[in-house]
Amino acid sequence: MTTVSPHLRDTGKKSGKKSGKDADKDGGAGAHGVRTRRRIASYLTMTLLAVVFLFPLVFMFVSSLKPDAQILSDSNSLRAFVPTGDISLDNYFGVFDRVPVARFLFNSVLVTVLVVGIGLVVNSMAGFALSRLQWKGRALVLSVVIATLIVPFETIAVPMVYWVSKLPTLVMEGGVLKYDFGWLNSYHVQIVPFIANAFSIFLFTQYFSTIPKSLDEAARIDGAGWFTIYRKIVAPLAGPAFATVAILTFLPAWNQYLWPLMVVQTEELRPVMVGMQYFFQLNTAWGEVMAYTSLITLPVLLVFLSFQRAFVSSVAASGVKG
Amino acid sequence: MTTSTAPSTPSLPPTPPITDGEPPVAPPGRRRASASQRGERRAGLAMAAPAAILLLLFLVVPVLLAFGLSVTNARLISPNPPRFVGLDNFVRAFAADPVFVRSLINTFLFAVVVVPVQAGLGLFLAVLVNQKIRGVTAFRVIFFIPVVTSIVVVSILWRFMYREDGLVNSFIDTITFGAWQGTAWLENPSTALGAIIVLSIWQAVGFHMLIWLSGLQTIPEELYEAARMDGASPWQLFANVTWPGLRSTMVFVLVTITIAALGLFVQIDVMTQGGPVNSTTTLVYHAVRKGYREQETGYGAAISLIFFVLVLIIALVQRYLTRDKD
Repeated sequence: MTTVSPHLRDTGKKSGKKSGKDADKDGGAGAHGVRTRRRIASYLTMTLLAVVFLFPLVFMFVSSLKPDAQILSDSNSLRAFVPTGDISLDNYFGVFDRVPVARFLFNSVLVTVLVVGIGLVVNSMAGFALSRLQWKGRALVLSVVIATLIVPFETIAVPMVYWVSKLPTLVMEGGVLKYDFGWLNSYHVQIVPFIANAFSIFLFTQYFSTIPKSLDEAARIDGAGWFTIYRKIVAPLAGPAFATVAILTFLPAWNQYLWPLMVVQTEELRPVMVGMQYFFQLNTAWGEVMAYTSLITLPVLLVFLSFQRAFVSSVAASGVKG
Repeated sequence: MTTSTAPSTPSLPPTPPITDGEPPVAPPGRRRASASQRGERRAGLAMAAPAAILLLLFLVVPVLLAFGLSVTNARLISPNPPRFVGLDNFVRAFAADPVFVRSLINTFLFAVVVVPVQAGLGLFLAVLVNQKIRGVTAFRVIFFIPVVTSIVVVSILWRFMYREDGLVNSFIDTITFGAWQGTAWLENPSTALGAIIVLSIWQAVGFHMLIWLSGLQTIPEELYEAARMDGASPWQLFANVTWPGLRSTMVFVLVTITIAALGLFVQIDVMTQGGPVNSTTTLVYHAVRKGYREQETGYGAAISLIFFVLVLIIALVQRYLTRDKD
C-alpha cells in the first residue's frame, strides 16, 4: 500500500525533502497523484480564502477613486472591484478640503513614534534590570509586570479618564510656568500612559536572560558601568527583541481609538482614527470616506509589506510563551 | 543568575535581608564585593524606575481606582466630592439596568461564537499555510493583512457593505439567483450582532493563524516520522501528534481571543452605537457610555470592574490549565 501523504505531514523544514524520498521509495505514482491532488485542493482553498480576506480592501481602494453615485451603482456587480468609469482623485482632494487630514496624520505619526521609541528605551532598560541585576524590589516589579500582562486596556479606560483629568500638568500662562490639573486635550495624555508596557518588559526580560551573563562580568572587569553594559553590549545583541517590541507596539499605537475618543476633544490634537467622525455628519460622502480610510491604511500596509517577515516572526514570538 | 522564564509563579531569589544605605556589617574580606553589589542594586533600581513608575501610575493606580470608584457616586466633572455608596452601583447594574444585563448577554453571545470559530478557523488556516508548497508565504501575508488594517477602518468598510443595497446583499443575491433577499444587516436587531461577529472574525483570525503556526512549527518532525512508521492515518497524525503538541498554544489562543472578545468596543461604536434596540450593546460599550458619555464615573467603574473580574477568572483558568506545563 502506498503511503498517503497528508498535508499535515509537511511540517517543518526537512519534510519536503523527506516526503519526496518516501514517494520515490514507494515507487511513487499513487502517492504522487494523491499529493498533487491535495496540493491543488490546497491552492484552491487558499485562493478562495485570499479573495475573502482581500475583497473589502480592494473594494475600498477602488471605490476611493469613484464618485459616490458610481460607488453605489457598481456595488451590485463585479465592477465594484474594478477601477472603471469615472476614475479620479477627486475624493482625495475632497478629503483634504473637508478635514485637516495632514494634521491628523502628523498627530498619529508623532504619537506612534514617541510611544514606540520611548517605549523601546524604557521597557528594555526595565527588562535589563529585571533579567540581569540584583536589586531591592525586583521581585515586586517582576510580579507586577507578570500580573498585569493580561489586563486589557478597556478594563481601566473609564477610571483612567477620571485619573488623568486629575493629574497635574505644567502650563505656560503669559510667559510664566504654572501648574494646573487635568491632562485632557494634550499630546502627552495620548503618549505617556502607553510608554511602559508590561508585555514589552516581559519580552525583553526573557530575551535578555538568554544572553550570557559572562559578557557582563567581562565588561565589569574592564570597568564598564551597568548602563554602558546595557547600551553597548546587551542591547546590540537583542535586535530581534527590539524589532518584535517595536512591531507589537506600533499597531496599537497607530490604531488608538477609544482612548483619544475620550480624552481629546481639540480637533488639532486628534489622531487619524478619531478624525473619521467628521465624515458621518449629515449625508455620508462614501467616496471621501473610502479615500480617507485608504489614506490612513496605506502607510501601515506599506510598513507591513516591507517588513512582513519581521511582522510574522514577532507575532509568532508573542505567542510562544503564553 | 537568570530570571525564571515562566510567566507563572516566577521563582525569585529572596531579597537579601540587608538594610539599604550605609554599608552593613560585611563579612571581612568581602568589602569589594559588597560595594559592587551596592552599585548593582542602585543601577537596577534606576534602570527599572521609569517603567515601574509609569506602570504604577497608568496601570496599578487605575486598577485600584476602578475598585475605589465603583463604590462611589463619582462623576467625571462635578463640584461635589465622590460619596461612598457601598454596593449600590452593582445592585443597580444587575437589578435596575436592563441595558447592562443586555450588554452582559450580548458580550457572552459574542464570545461564545467568536472564541471557538476564530480559534478553529485560525488553526485551519495555520495547517493550510504550514505546508511546504510554493507561494505559501504570500498566502500567510494575505491572510494577515486584515489584522494590520485598523479595526476602525474595517468597521466602516463593513458598515458600508452591510447596507441593504450593499455588497454583501448583492453577493447573496447573485449566488442564490435572487432566491434569497438580504436585509439591512446592521439595522435589524436579529442580524446585527451576527454581522458584527462575522467581520470581527474576518479581521482577527490571521493573528491567531500565526500563533497556531508557530505552535505547529515547534512540533518535532521526528514525532510525525515515528507515527507514520507505525502506520498512522492523517487523522490519527493530527489527533495524536499535532493536537497534543499544540496544547499550550491552544490555551494561549483561547485565552487571548476570549479576553479580546469580552472587550468588544470599536465595532459597536463605529457601526451600531449599541443599537438597534440595544441588540449590540456590550460591556465595554456600556461602561464607556455610562462612565464617560453620561459622566457617571462611579457606575462606569463598577461595570469596568465586572469586566475585569471576568478577565481575571479567565486568567486563573489559563493558569490552572497550564499549571503542570513548566
